[in-house]
Amino acid sequence: MACSFMTRLIIILAAFVFMAGQSLAGEVAVRAAIAKLAGGNGYQSIEDGIAALGATGDPAAALSLNALSDGRLVLNKTDNKIYVLDASGAKLLDPVTGGAAGEAAGATLEKLKIKNSIRRKISAALSGMTLLAKDRNVRLRAVQTIFTSADATQLEALESAIAVESDNEIKIRMAQARAAITLATSKDKAALKEAIGTIAIRADREALKVLGNAIGKVDGETASLLESSISGINGKLRLWNLVQNVWYGLSLSSVLLLAAIGLAITFGVMGVINMAHGEMVMLGAYSTYVVQQAFNAYLPSAAPFALLAALPAAFLVSGLVGVLIERSVIRHLYGRPLETLLATWGISLILQQGTRSIFGPTNKEVVTPHWMSGSMEIVAGLSLTMNRLIILLFALTVFTALMIMMRKSAIGLQMRAVTQNRAMANAMGIRSRWVDAMTFGLGSGIAGLAGVALSQIDNVSPNLGQSYIIDSFLVVVFGGVGNLWGTFAGALTLGIANKFLEPFAGAVLAKIFILVAVILFIQKKPRGLFALKGRWVDA
Amino acid sequence: MINTPTSPLFGRAGIVFLGILCAVAGIVPALNLFVSPASPLHVPDYIVTLVGKYLCYALLALSVDLVWGFCGILSLGHGAFFALGGYAIGMYMMRQIGARGVYGNAALPDFMVFLNWKELPWYWYGFDFFPFAALMVLVAPGLLALVFGWFAFRSRVTGVYLSIITQAMTFALLLAFFRNDMGFGGNNGLTDFKEILGYSIQVPGTRAVLFILSALALGLCFVIARVIVNSKFGRVLVGIRDAESRTRFLGYRVEHYKLLIFVVSAIMAGIAGALYVPQVGIINPSEFSPENSIETVIWTAFGGRGTLWGAALGAIVINATKSWVTGALPEIWLFVLGGLFIFVTLFMPKGLAGLFSGWSQVKAKRPIKIAASSQPEAAE
Repeated sequence: MACSFMTRLIIILAAFVFMAGQSLAGEVAVRAAIAKLAGGNGYQSIEDGIAALGATGDPAAALSLNALSDGRLVLNKTDNKIYVLDASGAKLLDPVTGGAAGEAAGATLEKLKIKNSIRRKISAALSGMTLLAKDRNVRLRAVQTIFTSADATQLEALESAIAVESDNEIKIRMAQARAAITLATSKDKAALKEAIGTIAIRADREALKVLGNAIGKVDGETASLLESSISGINGKLRLWNLVQNVWYGLSLSSVLLLAAIGLAITFGVMGVINMAHGEMVMLGAYSTYVVQQAFNAYLPSAAPFALLAALPAAFLVSGLVGVLIERSVIRHLYGRPLETLLATWGISLILQQGTRSIFGPTNKEVVTPHWMSGSMEIVAGLSLTMNRLIILLFALTVFTALMIMMRKSAIGLQMRAVTQNRAMANAMGIRSRWVDAMTFGLGSGIAGLAGVALSQIDNVSPNLGQSYIIDSFLVVVFGGVGNLWGTFAGALTLGIANKFLEPFAGAVLAKIFILVAVILFIQKKPRGLFALKGRWVDA
Repeated sequence: MINTPTSPLFGRAGIVFLGILCAVAGIVPALNLFVSPASPLHVPDYIVTLVGKYLCYALLALSVDLVWGFCGILSLGHGAFFALGGYAIGMYMMRQIGARGVYGNAALPDFMVFLNWKELPWYWYGFDFFPFAALMVLVAPGLLALVFGWFAFRSRVTGVYLSIITQAMTFALLLAFFRNDMGFGGNNGLTDFKEILGYSIQVPGTRAVLFILSALALGLCFVIARVIVNSKFGRVLVGIRDAESRTRFLGYRVEHYKLLIFVVSAIMAGIAGALYVPQVGIINPSEFSPENSIETVIWTAFGGRGTLWGAALGAIVINATKSWVTGALPEIWLFVLGGLFIFVTLFMPKGLAGLFSGWSQVKAKRPIKIAASSQPEAAE
């Protein structure tokens, strides 16, 4: 036991010494390179020094290189050492560690002069160094910059970086960057073709730009290869653009579906025009806010999962308010849809103002938990944001659960029975009034769930619901009242159509087109996409 | 079952309404212009404008009542017709500004100069000329109603569906007018008006005339509407309201009746908008918002639909209350309005007019049945 402890200690100590030694060796190399700058040979010695600094590949060299490029690197004639002048110009700093190294006043300082050609060398050395940086993202950025600039001065640094690079993806990127440089500078046909092939594999906008720059520089076979590569990339980009549009459309569809599905129950199944539906969504969003605040206050460690706890809370809050509305107002108005419309509009005004009085008129911030933020890159140029993806899955889950409930559960059966023939359902012993209240509560509760999702992508304000109510109605009416699949199809159609129109017409005009299209569609099929058939439909 | 208009043309309540309207049209401007400001009887300028505004709202409510109360068409988009009428007159007044705008450009309105437009869009041609603008006040809403109604009624879109697509219509117009490219001033709308027919809209004299015109328009439209609903045409309308399919089976071309009354009603709403804009001095896209149209419906319901004068009364009472409450306790207004929506639909199906039933023709009738489309009729 003791032995093993000692062994470990020795290993740790050895590692420590080794690391310190390594960094010490690095520092010595940097200092030696810096000393070269002041070789007394004018520009030549400065160039040598820069090359030596770049060759160290040590991040510590960046300080002196940056200072040199800013004209803040000075030679102290008194001790013949190089220092960095700080931003105020009053203090001397150590060129490697950046620590304070005395006052500038009193010392005889000579600024190291540079010219434009040297400036280029400095930036090449700097990006060559970032190519060797330990942080993967820094390297990725550096290689990306070289790729787009196709700067031939970087070639050497790039070559040496490729030799030591261990990350496969970055290595490929580096090879592409090298190909970009080759394409910009080389005259050799075979090398050019190979370079075009390497770049074409990337198939993104940057590759298109780099290849586009080469048009006119090459001729004959190479030029035709270049052209076919460009059109190939264009084709791929168009495809991805299409996929991206479909994705945006699906994302909007999922939001529409969530907002409309509760309405499909209250309006579609019960025939109640609930203008306060949007406010049920809003209540769901505010419930999310409250739950999150509660988690932050009492259970900060579980705060990222407040959103999950908000789901049942929002369902209950909106559902209970829904049942309350049904029991107090709507049940008196069955069979009078226009009156229901007006009364529920009144309810929506009251709920809005109530929320405004309690929470204030400003937007409330609902934090996006870490597991919902960020994005997933499928291929270059096509990435899916996590929160949209989760909302899409959530919408599908809610829809599926609802379908199963309506088809398989007892309450679902009773709901359908009451919808189809109230008198007969009553005769069979179904308490139709209770079913009414439950149905309305269910529709409102689902609106509350929609509110949880929307709190992630929209502003949580008292007006949240208003922006969805007209869309939701259009989805339900378009899909066909009384048919959940119709709502599904309606949301999908309207969402995707909207996103496909947007690139051509702009967001507002696209929305207007959709509205007009739905108005015209209703002329053609007054009962929606999936109309229910039968005598009672006309009721 | 049918609200048979066998009673005299106006009924006693209608005559009282017209009488009060005439009296207001005469007395309010007179007390404003000819009584010295020191006198307690003096009516301040702002009251004239405020009441003038109410009269325009009353005309809008009356136009809603004409289609809803007598034909069962619940339009949630009448605000669009109102706004179109307002825009027509607003465009005329914009052109009257001439070179007196901020940019001093006689050829273009300020907002077009601001947007770097070089010439007047074609649809602004003719608005320098008052008779053309006045004609547009009637034509623009009328045409929209004609096209929209033709599509909707021909394909038998009724009840709630119709309400929702009228709402979608006004929402689409709201979005469209918000766009700067439309050439109607974007979200700032049209404002900074100077004069109408050469009279400054700021002076009390012009305001008094606008007030009288609003009262006259309301009175005249009331008379026209009464004549329509008391005619044979009006009886068919009521027939459509109560049993649309049955009326169709009797051989009436239901869609033609609906279309005609819808267009007439839209024109009335347009006139209301055209009188409203010079008095408030601005027209912007928010007038198209669906909320406004829905609010108009509640004025009508509160006043009592199917009476015409009730709708006008409802508009005036609610708006007067709104002015008072938003002044005294702004945060409770939406509670009051929301509560009103619920209260009226639950407990006052006949509205204010129902309260006066002792001395109006409403008394003898069965409860007015609206929204016939919602209930299955045994015969259908």
